[in-house]
Amino acid sequence: MSVTIDVTHRAGAFQLELVETIPAGFTAVVGPSGSGKTTTLNILAGLTRPARAVVRMGEEVWVDTGRGTWVPPHRRRIGYVFQEPRLFPHFTVRQNLLYGRGRQHERANTIATDEVIHLLNLASLLQRRPARLSGGEQQRVALGRALLANPQLLLLDEPLASVDQAHRLEILPYLDRFRATHRIPTVYVTHTWAEVSSRADHVIELAAGRVEFSGPAGTR
Amino acid sequence: MSLSAEELSIVWLSLKVALVATFASAIPAIAVAWLLARGRFWGRTALNVLVHIPLVVPPVVTGYVLLRVFGRRGTIGAWLEQYLGFQFSFRWTGAALAAAVMAFPLVVRAIRLGIEQVDRKVEESAATLGASPWWVFLTITLPLALPGLLAGLLIGFAKALGEFGATITFVSNIPGETQTLALAIYTQIERPGGEAAATRLIWLSVALSVLALVASELMIRSRQRSDA
Repeated sequence: MSVTIDVTHRAGAFQLELVETIPAGFTAVVGPSGSGKTTTLNILAGLTRPARAVVRMGEEVWVDTGRGTWVPPHRRRIGYVFQEPRLFPHFTVRQNLLYGRGRQHERANTIATDEVIHLLNLASLLQRRPARLSGGEQQRVALGRALLANPQLLLLDEPLASVDQAHRLEILPYLDRFRATHRIPTVYVTHTWAEVSSRADHVIELAAGRVEFSGPAGTR
Repeated sequence: MSLSAEELSIVWLSLKVALVATFASAIPAIAVAWLLARGRFWGRTALNVLVHIPLVVPPVVTGYVLLRVFGRRGTIGAWLEQYLGFQFSFRWTGAALAAAVMAFPLVVRAIRLGIEQVDRKVEESAATLGASPWWVFLTITLPLALPGLLAGLLIGFAKALGEFGATITFVSNIPGETQTLALAIYTQIERPGGEAAATRLIWLSVALSVLALVASELMIRSRQRSDA
């Protein structure tokens, strides 16, 4: 299932112009700060409302400003891991992990809770509050929370930005282990190409709101 | 000091008026605070001004407006009496309405500050997890704004307990029906030889206020403990 996005969006002096097809698999979006990476993710998630856009997820139309179509974020079935963990401070780790599950039909839960807890090594943290976790642990919970919402599209915005150097290397293998069994289209934003060079199937390089390069990872 | 039956009934009436005023205005205050903190709509500034009016006009004006609107011949008051048999004027319910209207700006302010302190990014992450705006509000915004909500209800209760000007204008000063502590103190002060009675009532009102403060302090502390 692929995502197509055709957008013109302006915020102050910044302008984003993008016509892209994001294929299934692992897509890396790279580029310097201010090139429009996060804005692109927010448009895919429905957190930013662009001036003009058509966004499709497979057969579903999420945005069509010409026809007034707008699917709000909570109906898009996405998993979004932000730069900061953005955990719910008043909930335990377990409550955070299960937040995206409650309102869905049980048969839609194709991703098992125990599996995610095991893969991300969260079993010993379940009763704690986010304030008592390290940065790396918090980001692991944020990743688990996004996965347990059974997303049809996974968005990751520099998920290692808030993690200290020592713990950076431990998070990506968790994601790899998960992706080995669940083939969920993943869009991974980073300005560190080395983070994703061995994982990406497809690369989109942005600069100043425009696409510099787009193609299979090997051809960059 | 032991309380006379009359003093007890004054205290009871004051508590009833203040509690009803506080709890009846809680949900409208939360709604307005949320609109002011998060809403983006035409007329937001007008709503903000409207809510603050009772804070800035003389209480006697608020009382008079209430009389014109909710009095027996008032636009809404006449309707309420004809169709629901319900009456505000010269009743304790009217005292509660006046107290609620006077306390409303303070309550809204405190709750609004509480809501504004909630990180919108955390609310956004809840939305990406499938939570509708209403569900985000109930499970994320409101619990995280709880300190502001409690502070708002407390200050509302304190204001309602001491309300004087709008109350006496709207529902008059009827012993046993609308004569709250503040109004009873006023009556005794005006009455020749009423100083002793006034002093007892003043001490009573101080004691009540201190009790309310201590209760709120305990409530906040027990909450902090449960967070740790």
